[in-house]
Amino acid sequence: MEVTEERLGSSPGVVQDGESQVLRLYIAGQTPRSIAAFANLKKICEEHFAGRYRIEVIDLVQNPQLAAGDQILAVPTLVRRLPEPVRKIIGDLSNAERVLVGLDVRPAR
Amino acid sequence: MDHPPVAKLPKTPTGIEGFDEISGGGVPTGRPSLVCGGAGCGKTLFALSFLVHGATEFDEPGVFMSFEESAEELGQNVASLGFDLRELIRQKKIVLDHVRVERSEIEETGDYDLEGLFIRLGYAIDSIGARRVVLDTIESLFSGLANQGILRAELRRLFRWLKDKGVTAIITGERGEGTLTRQGLEEYVSDAVILLDHRVDAEISTRRLRIVKYRGSAHGTNEYPFLIDEEGFAVLPVTALSLDHAVSPERISTGVPRLDAMLGGKGYYRGTTVLVSGTAGSGKTSLSAHFADAACRRGERAQMFLFEESPAQVVRNMKSIGIDLQQWVDRGLLELHAARPSTFGLEMHLSRIHRAIGRFRPSVVVLDPVSSLLSVASSADVQGTMTRLVDHLKSRGITALLTNLTYGKTEMERTDVAVSSIVDTWLLVVTLESSGERNRGLYVLKARGIGHSNQIREFLLTEHGVELIDVYAGAGGVLTGSARLTQEAQDRAAALLEEQELERRQRALAQLKTAFDAEMTALRARFETQQADLMSGIGEHRARIARLKDDRRDMARSRRADAANGGDGATPKHDARAKER
Repeated sequence: MEVTEERLGSSPGVVQDGESQVLRLYIAGQTPRSIAAFANLKKICEEHFAGRYRIEVIDLVQNPQLAAGDQILAVPTLVRRLPEPVRKIIGDLSNAERVLVGLDVRPAR
Repeated sequence: MDHPPVAKLPKTPTGIEGFDEISGGGVPTGRPSLVCGGAGCGKTLFALSFLVHGATEFDEPGVFMSFEESAEELGQNVASLGFDLRELIRQKKIVLDHVRVERSEIEETGDYDLEGLFIRLGYAIDSIGARRVVLDTIESLFSGLANQGILRAELRRLFRWLKDKGVTAIITGERGEGTLTRQGLEEYVSDAVILLDHRVDAEISTRRLRIVKYRGSAHGTNEYPFLIDEEGFAVLPVTALSLDHAVSPERISTGVPRLDAMLGGKGYYRGTTVLVSGTAGSGKTSLSAHFADAACRRGERAQMFLFEESPAQVVRNMKSIGIDLQQWVDRGLLELHAARPSTFGLEMHLSRIHRAIGRFRPSVVVLDPVSSLLSVASSADVQGTMTRLVDHLKSRGITALLTNLTYGKTEMERTDVAVSSIVDTWLLVVTLESSGERNRGLYVLKARGIGHSNQIREFLLTEHGVELIDVYAGAGGVLTGSARLTQEAQDRAAALLEEQELERRQRALAQLKTAFDAEMTALRARFETQQADLMSGIGEHRARIARLKDDRRDMARSRRADAANGGDGATPKHDARAKER
């Protein structure tokens, strides 16, 4: 599976039961960790935000100049740009619970 | 078997004044060096100076990756040091990247690495072809990221990566309890470790730098004071490493002719150090001013460092004794620097002096008075500092005059600042107290290599400057002031009397001679008169005798007496004739 820029949910502006998620995933090359992170993210989004999310994948190997803008250090880093406030989740997103906590969907335990 | 010569460790100059000297050329090229120290010790400024000097002086662009301060904050901080960071960024000589890590914004889930940081740094390096990199302070990551295991592994990888990139890097680290850095960064950066320290002693702060470790290189191991001021970051190499400075046979004037005379007629040796010690108001500053004035008259540059008076005050006071310092200031030959001792720590004073000397390049330096530095540091510290300063001045061939204030109670031939052993010439201005007066006396206590006078001179401050006059040394000891004047007056009176007596006798002699001559003349006149009288009497007498003889002969002829009776018969006649006359 190749990680590319991907938009799911044809009409991100349409809000059903909650706001739409605008997500940006920073990776550094097609590493197993990048691929795993993308797969994990996609799965979580399908389960919780079906039809109202958008994922933008940025490969820093190809666009190194974009790392500074979102203060990226670690990869993979998931940045939730909308809704505000901006949230960051680093790691391969293997723990769905923590990702949802990070996205403020579940209250932190 | 031949061994190839071991290549010397290449070093990259930091451009930081003094640091490159003590480190033998700078930090190791192509390797990371660790600069650590407590909060506010100057780590960031050290690192920034390294970068800015690299960009401006060595044509080595640099990347500054800040983990604490934003670009704007950094720009403001270094503007006070005279660096225009924004301009350097515009010229693509420096890239500034502010890495902000906010723990509260970050959730960690699963495995990750810091490739993002590597990419950012790599991109910044490549964008300007950087040769230098600063990471300030990378330890901030420890508070931003939870997984320490990953972080440590990644830092280790980062330092190796920096080496592979071939950039010369400075990593800063906060000092920890009992360790050089809080997170033990010294484990990863093992080539060079520089420790900065900021101590406050008796309310005066002193900054010090020490090279803790420098793999594969000799380096100074002492603690070196450093300063941060408007001219940037400067380390003071404290000890001249040897006593082998060149010496000069040239002599220069003290500015006081009589003092030159006391020092073998020619003054001080050039490049030596002179100490003038004396009590308050004994004229030490005046002697210093003479010395500086004499240097300026020769067209040389002089610098005076004043710890008690302001430049304007010194100029005014010296004018009152006929020394016009202002003219030299106006011509750029003289610089006066004043600073209260308590304004800075000792090292800061020393560093400022060093800097000023390095910039102005004077041939003559005056420090007035060094003893006031005692108020900010212990005697041992002042002595150490002075030794270093004197060595430094000697190595530059600068003739220095230090003044030292002694107190009434202390023994004169002991300086509070024990610098007497490091100076070459020592002049002592003493107070001679007698007959209810205090007068100043000056003598040469020591003058290495100069046949000097062993006499005390009385020291006067006149409107033509310092004058030295002979003291009256008599049976009753040394007389000065009005006692000397009295004695001199007495001497003059006695001398006058002697002269008068001599004149009187000479006059008497002359009179005697005149009288003698007069008498001689009179006597001669009388003699001549009498002589003439007698002579004429004698003549007549002879004539009469002749006539008598004739008469008698005539008579005998007439009487026909024989010749034999002639004499007897003639006698009565002769008597009668004599009575007739």
